[in-house]
Amino acid sequence: MIEVQHLSKRYGAFTAVDDVSFRVERGEILGFLGPNGAGKTTTMRVLTGYMPPTGGKALVAGYDVQEQPVEAKRRTGYLPETPPLYPDMSVRDYLLFCARIKGVPRGERKARVATAMEKTRVADMAARHCGKLSKGYKQRVGLAQALLHNPDVLILDEPTAGLDPKQIIETRQLIKQLAGDHTIILSTHILPEVSQTCQRVVIINRGKVVAVDTPDNLTARLRGSEKMYLQVDALGADAGARLASVPGVTRVTASEAHGPVAAFEVESEQGRDVRRELAAAVVGSGWGLLELRPLRISLEDVFLQLTTQEPTQAAAPAEGTDE
Amino acid sequence: MSNVLAIAQKELKAYFASPIAYTVLGFFALTYGYFFYALLLYFDRQSMQAAGFGGAPPVNVNEQLIRPVFLNATVIFLFVLPLVTMRTYSEEKRSGTIELLLTSPLTDLQIILGKFFGAMGLYASMLGLTLVHVGVLFLFGNPEWKPVATTYLGLLLMGGCFISVGLFISSLTKNQIVAGMVTFAVFLMLWVINWIASFTGPTTQAVLNYLSITDHLDDFTKGILDTKHLVYYLSFITFGLFLTARSVDTERWRG
Repeated sequence: MIEVQHLSKRYGAFTAVDDVSFRVERGEILGFLGPNGAGKTTTMRVLTGYMPPTGGKALVAGYDVQEQPVEAKRRTGYLPETPPLYPDMSVRDYLLFCARIKGVPRGERKARVATAMEKTRVADMAARHCGKLSKGYKQRVGLAQALLHNPDVLILDEPTAGLDPKQIIETRQLIKQLAGDHTIILSTHILPEVSQTCQRVVIINRGKVVAVDTPDNLTARLRGSEKMYLQVDALGADAGARLASVPGVTRVTASEAHGPVAAFEVESEQGRDVRRELAAAVVGSGWGLLELRPLRISLEDVFLQLTTQEPTQAAAPAEGTDE
Repeated sequence: MSNVLAIAQKELKAYFASPIAYTVLGFFALTYGYFFYALLLYFDRQSMQAAGFGGAPPVNVNEQLIRPVFLNATVIFLFVLPLVTMRTYSEEKRSGTIELLLTSPLTDLQIILGKFFGAMGLYASMLGLTLVHVGVLFLFGNPEWKPVATTYLGLLLMGGCFISVGLFISSLTKNQIVAGMVTFAVFLMLWVINWIASFTGPTTQAVLNYLSITDHLDDFTKGILDTKHLVYYLSFITFGLFLTARSVDTERWRG
């Protein structure tokens, strides 16, 4: 549905996007992740035909955004970083105008506007001037605008920015619902958002794609070893040594101790689940097993590792056990 | 075409949804009304004198009132039109709505023409206000309507030139004040460019006279439709719109 081939964009001597290639299949939600200034917005602007690339090409719904821009744009809905609203227009008038310039036939405009307003929950503000809306409403009117012409492809630049937590959840649900009929690219700096909404992630840094995968694979790929968090009431005994003797365990780190209760981080060989053995060892020694859980490497860790210059730093052993 | 109309209507609505249209129209009516009143008093005295002398040729409303009124009114347009055009692109660039237009299935030309006709719409409503005064003259006198019609045609074309240049300048900057000031300076230069004509050689003189945007209006106000002036105005407008198109395109590359 969307195909980006060797796309580059230079502003003078500055290279914003450098040889970026990826594909998005029909109905898929692709997350676009990267630190500020990584080239997310620039890539999206090229895809929407807002600016031409310096090199490479982009196909949207089968149309080259450079060669057949009008055809490509007809099939694209775009929510820019700042919702493009006219402050002096009412929400309804604004959406009617958008429907018109996006080529929605005259007879269907009112119905489409009503549907879009309902989907994005802005119908109660239909008569309000766009300039007087709160940030959350502006964002959602911007989203409504992108949906109006029922495009094949939706390109959303930080769709949840400025929303309150409830609205964020609603918007994510809406995006998920839309995924069936639409192919969606969304950029975000909120990492959980990617793991919650997107089927695939493109991580981009300094204009280059550093990883394309599913959120799960990305976290798994990074996990060199399995890690467990363990809390044991060892009654003063040296539980660490006992745990280290469990077959498969490669390393044990004591992380904290409160009186008789000691906490450990236990690393094991990759792909080997040692939880049963650990539990048996603790209980077998007559100690109390208070807590045993796998430590997950979050997408944050992946992101940091992939986008920082010294990857070893971010993946370095545990930055303490949270909570 | 329907897209051009959509943009033009949006532009016109934007003028009327904000205080811009009312301020522009209101203060135009005020100044124009004063111009008209002053010239009417002058005309009144002239006709009294002509009547007093008996044998003097009768005064002509077209030549001695309508024509000077409109030639003077062009000064008002010189001041007002930069205010009309300065926001066209600058505001969209600053607020980011330009992203909506440029990512909608529209061509650059449709957007430019839409904005051009939108501004022309406001300009035409300013001209519409002047019909009241002309109407009064028709009510109490017997001016010829044909020179009046060509005058309006000439004014529309002259305004078109100003607006096309104003659009171009507005497309160059995000800052409305900068756009307005530059537009005003350029309008003024186009106006007075032939002041130095009489001090230059014959070729330069001809060129400078030809370039002056208001010089071409003169024949229209006399009731003369000369293709020379039509070609000048229409090619001027086309050139201004062409420059705007180039500027919008360049802006895309620069991002």
